[in-house]
Amino acid sequence: MFFQSQLSNQLTFFQKIKSIDYILLLCVLVIGVISGFTMYISDGGELLYHTKSHLIRFSVFFLMMFFLSFINIKTWYKTGYLFYIIVLMLLVWASLYGITVSGSQRWINLYFINFQPSELMKIAIIVCFAKYYNRMQLTNVNKFNNLLIPLAILVLPIVLVISQPDLGTSILIALSGIIVLWLAGVNLKYFFYSSLILLISAPFAISFLKPYQKLRILTFFDPDKDPLGAGYQIIQSKIAVGSGGLFGKGFLKGTQGYLEFLPEKHTDFIFTLYSEEFGFIGSILLLFVYAVLIFRILKIGSLSRSFFGKFFCYGFGSAIFIYIIVNMSMVLGLLPIVGSPLPIMSYGGSSMLATMIGLGIVMSTKIYERQLIA
Amino acid sequence: MINDRGGYDTGFKKNKIINRRMFIFSAAKAVIFFGIIGRLFSLQISENKKYLTLSDKNRLRETRLPPIRGEFLDYFGNTIAGNLKVYQLHIIPEQVEDFRYLMVRLKNILNFDNEKLASLIKKKNKQKPWETLIVSENLSWDEFSKINFYLHELTGAKPVITVGRNYPYGDNYTHILGYVSQVSTDDLINSNVIKARNVPGLRVGKSGLEKSFEEDLIGTNSIQRFEVNAYGKKINQINYEEGKKGKIIKLTIDTEIQKFTSELLKNKAGSISVMDIYTGEIIAMNSSPSFDPNLFLYGIDKNIWKEIKNNPSKPLINKTISGLYSPGSTIKPLVALSALENDVIKPNMKVKCEGKVEMYGQTYHCWKEKGHGYMSLKNAIKQSCDIYFYEVARLLGIDKLNLTAEKFGLGKKVLGENFPNEKQGIFPSTKWKKKAIGQNWYLGETFITGIGQGYIQTNPLQLCLMTAQLANGGYKIYPRIALKKNQDTVEQIKNKIQRMKKTSKEKDNSILKVTENFFGTKVKEYTPLYKNPENIKFVLDAMFKSTNELYGTSYKSRIEDPKYQFAGKTGTSQVKRITEAERKLDLEIDQIPYKDRDHAWYIAFGPYRNPRYAVSVLVEHGGSGSKVAAPIAKKLFKLIIDRHELREQITPKNKMNI
Repeated sequence: MFFQSQLSNQLTFFQKIKSIDYILLLCVLVIGVISGFTMYISDGGELLYHTKSHLIRFSVFFLMMFFLSFINIKTWYKTGYLFYIIVLMLLVWASLYGITVSGSQRWINLYFINFQPSELMKIAIIVCFAKYYNRMQLTNVNKFNNLLIPLAILVLPIVLVISQPDLGTSILIALSGIIVLWLAGVNLKYFFYSSLILLISAPFAISFLKPYQKLRILTFFDPDKDPLGAGYQIIQSKIAVGSGGLFGKGFLKGTQGYLEFLPEKHTDFIFTLYSEEFGFIGSILLLFVYAVLIFRILKIGSLSRSFFGKFFCYGFGSAIFIYIIVNMSMVLGLLPIVGSPLPIMSYGGSSMLATMIGLGIVMSTKIYERQLIA
Repeated sequence: MINDRGGYDTGFKKNKIINRRMFIFSAAKAVIFFGIIGRLFSLQISENKKYLTLSDKNRLRETRLPPIRGEFLDYFGNTIAGNLKVYQLHIIPEQVEDFRYLMVRLKNILNFDNEKLASLIKKKNKQKPWETLIVSENLSWDEFSKINFYLHELTGAKPVITVGRNYPYGDNYTHILGYVSQVSTDDLINSNVIKARNVPGLRVGKSGLEKSFEEDLIGTNSIQRFEVNAYGKKINQINYEEGKKGKIIKLTIDTEIQKFTSELLKNKAGSISVMDIYTGEIIAMNSSPSFDPNLFLYGIDKNIWKEIKNNPSKPLINKTISGLYSPGSTIKPLVALSALENDVIKPNMKVKCEGKVEMYGQTYHCWKEKGHGYMSLKNAIKQSCDIYFYEVARLLGIDKLNLTAEKFGLGKKVLGENFPNEKQGIFPSTKWKKKAIGQNWYLGETFITGIGQGYIQTNPLQLCLMTAQLANGGYKIYPRIALKKNQDTVEQIKNKIQRMKKTSKEKDNSILKVTENFFGTKVKEYTPLYKNPENIKFVLDAMFKSTNELYGTSYKSRIEDPKYQFAGKTGTSQVKRITEAERKLDLEIDQIPYKDRDHAWYIAFGPYRNPRYAVSVLVEHGGSGSKVAAPIAKKLFKLIIDRHELREQITPKNKMNI
């Protein structure tokens, strides 16, 4: 075993190229291409700003992912806490000096680019937990101290992101962290108790929500109450998807998209544009590609020799799944509207960057799958 | 892990628990995944028909229309900037079947050139397909009816009747009101209100009161909501949200007098201001030459614009507030007042004028080459003797003079926020020179400041305010051009002044000063600007003599009828230093190049028995104040006094209703 790990440190470039998971790569590319077409739709059938900048971002970050995948998984392990702390600092920076866009202070200005540290936190929390539980013995997982520290690691960024305020992203960060805690073997009863507490405290929590957030929850239960106001988004989104039918209205033949019914049609509601024009078949195809992608990520995790790689892949794969499901449910009127992008499809550099970093680490896990981290 | 057998065991166990939990989670995922697919199926397959009809039917389009701009009224309620019906041609590109064909048809009907066609196509490509494209903003009735005649062939073209700005008095009000024109990028950046209201066809103020009252005038957009079908055709109007019209703004200006001032300044470059000496209401304010603001509404013709811009008389500048000039001899009453107030001279001080005087190695001239002989203060004002005022200025010193001048409003903006382009001018002091030029003050500069030359720079409205504040007995007033609610009437102001007189007799002046400073300018107190009211009376009397007694500089422009009788002071300000050689030549005005001719000034108030109005007249490069400016004031006073009764009939109640 020792010999083997030596060997994997000295993988030649050719060996690295050979051990890349090409199916995963293909899935990412297919989603990238689909997202490019959809962005083109959102620009009204012209090659305008959103389409161009989305495609540029995709190409740049895709290349970056490729480079990241050649970095030894051990490096990710070593810098795991540092990564988390840096992103946490950026979050603090955003809450102090961030740029406020439509009432939420979630952007920081890095001179050449503005970005949202909260998106990176979705990945950082998984890396951090994966490192935390990598060496921990199962018997120690449920000791008091080992419960308290992860809780602090999890709550800190969530509080920062909620105060931005950005309910959607903070929920996604929380879910990403909780998955790893669950995988690490935290006792079931804690999950049971905390969800019980959450349920009881929900009415109190709601009273702390901003009026617009309350309105969103209320309109989710009864969108027809205010069809031109807050319920407008949900109704119009359902109409867009529903009117797509089996084969869709055809490329650039959608009509709902032109209605400007959603201020976020190229970000959170991008799926409605796609689904309207490509129909049920197209939607299933997209979901299938996503499913394959997630399946490959989980498969890589199961083959990884290190617990770090395993935790990360399982965590990240599940997180991607949750992002997709939350976004879809919101768009299809199954969940209240909270801001949550569809990975790779949605317009937004920070979200794309985070997803690509995550995929880079997954690829690196694959290339160095025999690497032991002790 | 390798050496420790137990460790391996737990590692194995850990692996097992991870995989088991992952499996449970994956199973849940699969269920949720199929749930989503089920939802998709129900929306897109089972309920497809329902949503398809909804998508066909439920399409709302909003059209925001330009708001209706508030009007400007003069003091008597006449509209001086209003709204007029205009005929326009709009296109909504998505409703057009063949855009190029339509363009070519329109080109033939309306006689566009290719340039205009290209700019329209460019504009169309920039905006959303359902946004209105304005093809022509101001069609003549002929063109409009032609379009209507061919309308059945022009699908997508929409002839529209809307309202546009109109200035019925043309160039009379240009410098007060300014003008409106298309929204520029700067307008959008500088004003959130404009940004929020911006739609194609919106006009916003570019200068003058149109600009400074923009947010009051602009109003709010009307909104039309339409249901449209799959091809963007409007099916029916769902609702119409009527926008609010902008506020109506009433000015203190009398159009008849304003028009007359234009006439008086015809073919001259210059300015006339008329002010109520109690209320500070500006009754006329004219700057010549002017231009017709109606030209700017739909984009001005390049050649006309060039002509306006390159005119050497500068029609684009509002000379009344943005033009700065040496006040010349019109400053003399103020210099005399300052000297009397500071007790540096007695009115009977005698100075012999020999036409020139040598002081500190420099020769200073009087305008009268032969000299005035022995002069007293009153005579020196009356005959505008320069030598006398060199001496007064020498005794007084520049800093004391500066204090008096600032009290009377020189070196300060008169209307403040109403006109961002107003210039405050300069009244120099030793401190000012040190700060602005970095040099010490020379005594010689005091002399020439005493006759209104040198660094001193004033705009015509400042001199009008100065005259008004002298004429009302020396009390501070608050000039204004727009009427507001709850403003003091003349009677209230006079009462306040009476009360002020009593208290100022009883109390020390310094206390008044303290209260003035304490309240700042927020509380409208008509504070006395003098120490001894006799001094003001003396100066006013001297101005009366200057106009109404033989040898007075404006004696020829006097009116003897006491109803119209006025008092004033002439001024002739040099544009450049006169060399000894030029002085000897003693050229007639026609022989001097236009640019080098003196500015002619006249300030006056009337009627003398019971003053009510102050006037300042400036004719740029007009020559002598007594020959050019004073006769203008004479004509003007007749009209002002004749219209006095009419103006008084407008009661405060009438003012407030609007």
